[in-house]
Amino acid sequence: MTEVAERITGLVGALRAHGMRIGTGESVDAARAARELGFADRELLREGLAATLLHGPGQRAVFDPVFDLYFPRAVGGPADAGSDRDELRDRLAEALAAGDQVMMARLAAEAVDGMGGYGSSPGSDGFSAYQTLDRLRPQTLLARVRSDLRGGNGDGSGGGFADRLLDDEIRGRIEQFRRMVGAEARRRVAERRGRDEIARRGVVPTADRVDFLFAGRDQLAELRRAVQPLARKLATRLAARRRRAARGTVDLRRTLRSSLSTGGVPMRPVLRRRRPVRPELVLLCDVSGSVSGFSDFTMLLVQALHDQFSKIRVFAFVNRLDEVTGLLDHGRADPDGLGARIRAEATLTGWHGSSDYGVALGEFAERYGAAVGPRTTVFVLGDARTNMSDPNLAAVREVARRARRVYWLNPEPQDRWGTGDSAAPAYAELVEMHECRTARQLSALIARLLPV
Amino acid sequence: MLNKRLDRSPDLIPDPPEAPLFTSVDDVCARLAETGYLASPAVATTVFLADRLGKPLLVEGPAGVGKTELAKAVAQVAGARLVRLQCYEGVDESRALYEWNHAKQLLRISAGRDESWDETRTDIFSEEFLLPRPLLTAIRGDEPTVLLIDETDKADVEMEGLLLEVLSDFQITVPELGTVSATRRPFVVLTSNAGRELSEALRRRCLFLHIGFPEEELERRIVRLKVPGLTEALAASVVRVVGALRAMDLRKAPSVAETVDWARTLLALGAGALDETVVRDSLGVILKHQDDIQKAAAKLDLDAL
Repeated sequence: MTEVAERITGLVGALRAHGMRIGTGESVDAARAARELGFADRELLREGLAATLLHGPGQRAVFDPVFDLYFPRAVGGPADAGSDRDELRDRLAEALAAGDQVMMARLAAEAVDGMGGYGSSPGSDGFSAYQTLDRLRPQTLLARVRSDLRGGNGDGSGGGFADRLLDDEIRGRIEQFRRMVGAEARRRVAERRGRDEIARRGVVPTADRVDFLFAGRDQLAELRRAVQPLARKLATRLAARRRRAARGTVDLRRTLRSSLSTGGVPMRPVLRRRRPVRPELVLLCDVSGSVSGFSDFTMLLVQALHDQFSKIRVFAFVNRLDEVTGLLDHGRADPDGLGARIRAEATLTGWHGSSDYGVALGEFAERYGAAVGPRTTVFVLGDARTNMSDPNLAAVREVARRARRVYWLNPEPQDRWGTGDSAAPAYAELVEMHECRTARQLSALIARLLPV
Repeated sequence: MLNKRLDRSPDLIPDPPEAPLFTSVDDVCARLAETGYLASPAVATTVFLADRLGKPLLVEGPAGVGKTELAKAVAQVAGARLVRLQCYEGVDESRALYEWNHAKQLLRISAGRDESWDETRTDIFSEEFLLPRPLLTAIRGDEPTVLLIDETDKADVEMEGLLLEVLSDFQITVPELGTVSATRRPFVVLTSNAGRELSEALRRRCLFLHIGFPEEELERRIVRLKVPGLTEALAASVVRVVGALRAMDLRKAPSVAETVDWARTLLALGAGALDETVVRDSLGVILKHQDDIQKAAAKLDLDAL
């Protein structure tokens, strides 16, 4: 039993290292769950531990790979190794056509064992999922699996209409196989290097903790999908703040009415609700290559919150500035292409392509100064790296004077502000600047800073 | 406070309740299936653990995947009475816990004019004048009870604080009467649509279960069970198309309820197999936004709608 306890505490430790808040009580519950469920069925144990340890659906993406490391499917390499590449591809095509998960998992193990190994001396050797997939090339099996399936179902028993979806389904299965290979490679490496190390480093963090500046395309796409649910949560939070803020004088009629339940004694005065005045929002976004992931995401998020404000205007800049509010409205139908469309349709660059905060902010103050009034809150999104040109502090001072509040969200870590060509400290003296590196930080900031 | 801690320390890890509802995970699956609820392994495991560990079950997931149905099915399996607390914005103690019946108390005071005040006071704060609301009802009963707290995310944050005492200790304090403890722990199910982040404190006290869209095979069984007249092949195609739609980036992904509705519609239309016209005519059953319908039509190569 001590061995099990050690596994569970190790698992909990790795999850905590990924930022999940798991208390001792939950660890104890997990152990009790393991006692009730036994170790005969690994999937039941997985669900049981997930139920006791996790608190939200987003954590599952981290939990599953970590669980696979601490409660591995098997130990060591597969028993019947030694099949060559072509034979493996044949068997994989069959398994993909049948959608046979068990067979796919076994093939993933064989593939990693046969093709994934690198290095020869102990300590520097390991297994690479990338190398395995590069040699096996499962994505090239698509056409073959499709023709297998079409041929097999040609005699009328097939899906008919639903066969239009065949390609997507096969692609989904191949993607699943790639994940299996990844998990298998991690498991084999963990056997060499120690579980704890791999569980902390080798598992991708949840999308909302990924640094905007280093996020890959997949992660940005995943973030974009999270915009709607996140916006809904933020809207609820804003509405609650607004409700609390909107209490006014005593409403006599409703107070008397509610006093009937206490025998005519007005024990709880009912307050009149103030008519909410919806604030205005102006967004200035640096969309140059380095920070575009951050700006795109923030623009979409603010757009999704549009019914919380009476007016939203969005401006994009690299070294010239242009209004993109209209583009953003259409952006709702196709969020993935938003960034590209903004860069294609708005005039954002002058003679050169690198960002220049001074010129862009000056242009904003000059051309769109009327957009900022006493009810406006301005958000500036960008890393404040001006490429050594004049930061134009006067323009920022002017905007800050006119607006109700100005906030600057900087996707760089705070200890790098002011290094190299960053003018962050100079701007930070004029307006409130916040570090905003991950989606999690962004949603916390938005919930706190957005005016109600 | 200290005393309470000391009293509790020996049974820090309480034993499973004396009469568990289920013997094994398979038992959960089989018995829920009898009531017409087909549970995935994740659902069955978590229900089993909630019963064994005696902890409340917090169920999250998109609308229409059977969160509320789960509570009803468990109640039916256990032969328990179902007590339901529907949460909404502004739900408070007097709607959730208990309320004094003021009108009746006033009547009682005016009826006993020649009584002394002390007699009256002890009398009007007795059980007779207490109106129990769902939480108190669920805790007071002796028979097996399933307590369903529906759409917890709709309630205000203050309400969560109220739930904490109920969910961790299964007791409610009524100042005039004392503390009411559960003689028999109810099986508690909380549901949430994740409209608002529930507090850590509440999550900590619960087992967490996320019900997503079911696997293809399970959904096929669900469709076959709910719409018995449908042929095997048609059910399979329906599930495949719905699965493909869910993989798309839609404003509202079709959920199980919509799949079943669609299957019923197809049956009513007398369609033997899916084809272009049938799908085009009935796409409105599964998709609820015009943008989504257009997107799906493009995906499925339908002619312009």
